[in-house]
Formats: sequence, structure tokens, C-alpha cells
Amino acid sequence: MDARMMLATAGRVLDQLRHDRRSIALILVVPALLLTAVYYLFENEVLPPGMPRTFDRVGLMMLAIFPFVVMFLVTSITMLRERTSGTLERLLTTPVHKADLLFGYGLAFSIMAALQSMVATAVAYWIFNLDIEGPTGYVVMIAVINAVLGVALGLLCSAFARTEFQAVQFMPVVVVPQILLCGLFVPRDRMNDVLESVSNVLPLTFSVDALQEIAAHPEATEQLWQDAGIMAAIVLAVLVLAALTLRRRSA
Amino acid sequence: MSHAATRPQLPDSSAAVAASGLMVSRGRLQVLRGLDFTVPAGRITGLLGPSGSGKTTLMRAIVGAQIVASGTVQVLGMPAGNPILRHRVGYVTQSPSVYPDLTVEANVRYFGAMHRKGKADAAEAIAAVGLEREARQKTASLSGGQLSRASLACALVARPRLLVLDEPTVGLDPVLRADLWSRFRSMAEAGTTLLVSSHVMEEASHCHMLLLLREGLLLAQLTPEELGRRGHSSDLEQAFLSIIRESGGGNGDQPPPGDPGRHQGLRGAGNDRSAR
Repeated sequence: MDARMMLATAGRVLDQLRHDRRSIALILVVPALLLTAVYYLFENEVLPPGMPRTFDRVGLMMLAIFPFVVMFLVTSITMLRERTSGTLERLLTTPVHKADLLFGYGLAFSIMAALQSMVATAVAYWIFNLDIEGPTGYVVMIAVINAVLGVALGLLCSAFARTEFQAVQFMPVVVVPQILLCGLFVPRDRMNDVLESVSNVLPLTFSVDALQEIAAHPEATEQLWQDAGIMAAIVLAVLVLAALTLRRRSA
Repeated sequence: MSHAATRPQLPDSSAAVAASGLMVSRGRLQVLRGLDFTVPAGRITGLLGPSGSGKTTLMRAIVGAQIVASGTVQVLGMPAGNPILRHRVGYVTQSPSVYPDLTVEANVRYFGAMHRKGKADAAEAIAAVGLEREARQKTASLSGGQLSRASLACALVARPRLLVLDEPTVGLDPVLRADLWSRFRSMAEAGTTLLVSSHVMEEASHCHMLLLLREGLLLAQLTPEELGRRGHSSDLEQAFLSIIRESGGGNGDQPPPGDPGRHQGLRGAGNDRSAR
């Protein structure tokens, strides 16, 4: 590991993104727009007294899901380009350490994710009065961990795609099941045993769990830190797997 | 050190690259079929052969990016692929490998950062390839020739002791090509070893030493003068063709003798699948 090479890589990735204004706009604005849609979707729901709004539950979970989905897509395409354009092969003939590359990517996209979730969280909080007990800082933290998870999975999946078209096809495979089973549509304790046990090992489940902890408690709970810790461990494991797909020698 | 052409041939001990019995296969295809050669230090060595003859594979083996089936490649005194060599060997692939959405300067500075080089080194490398005016342009907006020079600058910035260049002059106009060759010559005079591939035999005359490759076999390692003598022609392409014909007696997959067409003989006979 060499911090300078890692920072140079993160800087380079951000520089590439900086020239792509449209992508930046999409990353920052789209989650806020979708949140708005979700808010108005449930605007007229009739609630028994004491029952929390659906928006408070769904909107909160979406704050975790957006950065995951967006960063997965952005990373898998960027990394695939890096693989097919020859820049990756070239980089691997330089002294750069694989970890510098991967963590550089992770750092750059987590900065973007932090910005994204700050915009989305601000909209949810101030415009739509998202009602949660815990501090918003933790929501942003979980969103960033989720984003890095998306980055790590994107880096890994890009190794199994030859074209950008294939890379996009990994989204239904990797991302959609996690969204279906994370508790957004059906609470996890009401799933059948098979689905629940699958759900128990999917990374996104832990972040939804963590967000529910934040929503229910004014202070950080042990459960929150445990979920965040498990997420971080999964991210590291996926990054290690991704590092194994970066080969300095090939046939 | 100024009269490179008059220097005596260097003995093996000062070879920058020494390969013996180098074999590379890709699937069932043998891309390199047992090569023995040396690349003299501080000289320009041309790697010449038709497209598909294994030039790129050979270069990848030298920079340590290629899985080798058998044989050895020693680079600057250590086995190819040794991590220390990543500091000392520069590699420019045939298709320009730069980030199209970054400026020339950002590209060069990024690759420079991998070698702990700073802004001044990047500016120098950009000047060396004559792209000062385009430094702040995105590489996507460059012409083909500018793009390949930008790619070259990304390797020069590291000041490598061995520079491996895969067809660096393809698509350049004659003036730029001459510029680039004189740049290579001055680099060699300053002590850099260059290995430059080309499928254009005219470029052979710029080199101190030539490796002639065909269908994964080394036809000959010789100087341009020797090539002219052995091929009985001052036209190096003709000379190469006649060496192919001489050496091709026992080789079944030669072009038919009635087809000595220059370009077909050089470019058409290769195996396209191995062209990487």
C-alpha cells in the first residue's frame, strides 16, 4: 500500500467524473427526485393513529439503496472500461499496488456517495420531514458504507463482463435480489424460511437493519455498530476477491 | 557515447534482455515457439515481423504481463515480472492506453505518480513528445498520432531504463515519425534501452539491432547492415522476404513461391488470432 498512489488514483477517478457533468448531475439529483416520487406516492395514505408513515420506512430504506445501486453501476462500467482500454494492463506494469487501485476507487466513489446521500437525506429530512429518532449523520454513514459495497461488488463483477452491455446485466443478478429481500417490500420476519435465510446473508440486509436501528433509537445502538461492522467486513472481503481478479500476468 | 552507430557490438553480459527457449502458448496455439535472443543495453532494437508473428506477445513476456509456457526471460539482470522491474521498465501498448476523458497532462501526471514523479517530470515528458500545446486538451479530442504520442509520454515520465514500444509509429506522418526516431536515438545515447516493434521494414534502418520474427519463430538476430547483406538487397523489406524464403525450406506454411508480393508476403501470412 502506498498512500500517494491510492490518493492519485482517487484523484484521477474524481477528475474523470468531474469532466462528466451529466453523470454528476444524475448521481446527485436522481435520488432526491425518486424520493420525491415516493413521498407523493404515499401522500394520501390513511393511517391509524400512532402508525408511522410508509414514507418514513420506505424513504429511509431508499436512502441506503440508492448509493448502492448507483455506485455499483458506475464502478462496474468504469472498471470495465479500464480493463478493455488497456489502461489497467498498463497500470499493472507500474509499481502501483492492487490495493492502491481498489481503495483509490473506493475512496473516490465514497466521496461521491457521501455527497449523494447528503443531498438525498437533506431532501428527505427538510422537505418531507422524514421522521426518525436517531441522528442523520448515521444515515449518511450507512449510505456511504453501502456505496462502498456497491463499488466493491462493481469492481468484482466487472471481471466477469466482457462488454458494458454484459456489465449492466449484472445488476438484475447482483442488485435486484438484495433489494427484494432486504425488507423493503415484505418485512423479513414474514418471509418464508428459505427467503429469510437468503436474506440473512445478503449485505444490503444489514444496512437496512442498521437504518431501522437508527430510526428507532435516538442514540447509536450496539446492533447498529454490529451491522455496520459486518457490512465493513463484507466490503473488505469483496475487495479482496476483486483484487484476485486483477492479474498482472495473463494468457 | 555520441556516436551510437560506431560503437562495437556489446557482449551478452551487458544485454538488457536475454531470452532462452521462450515459449508461449495461447490455448492450443503456440504463439512463441522457443526463442533465444538478446537485446543489447543502451541501443535501439527493432522487433520486426508481419502482423500476427508474435511481436506483442514477446513484448508482453518481457514486461512480465504474459504467462510463459517455458523458457526464461531475464530483464536488466532479473527474471521478467520481478516487482523491482516495474520501476525500471516502461511499456507502451499498440493501441494507446490512456484515459480519454482526462487531459494529456492529467494522464501523464497520473502515470507519473505511480513512479513518484511530479509536475515537472510530466511537463518534460509532454514536451518530449511535442504535445505542449495539447497538454490541457482531453485525449479523446486528439488525433490518432497525437494520441499515441500521449500514450508514449505516459511511459517516458517514469524515465524507464528499458522502454518497450509496440508499434509506436503507426499512423504517424513522416515528419513526426522522423522526430520520434531521433527522440529514440537520443534516449539510447543517454543510456536507455529501447525495444521497438514495427511491421514496416523501412523502420529497421533506424535500429542498431534487429530481431526478425515470423510465426512465433526468430528468423534472425542481426544488424540492419547484416540484413541487407544476407538478404542481398539494400531494400530491407526485400531482404527480409528473401531471408524468409531461405529459412523457409523445411517450413510447410510458407506463402506459395509464386507469390512474392511485398505486402502480402509480410502482412498476410501471419496468424490473425495471435495478433495481440
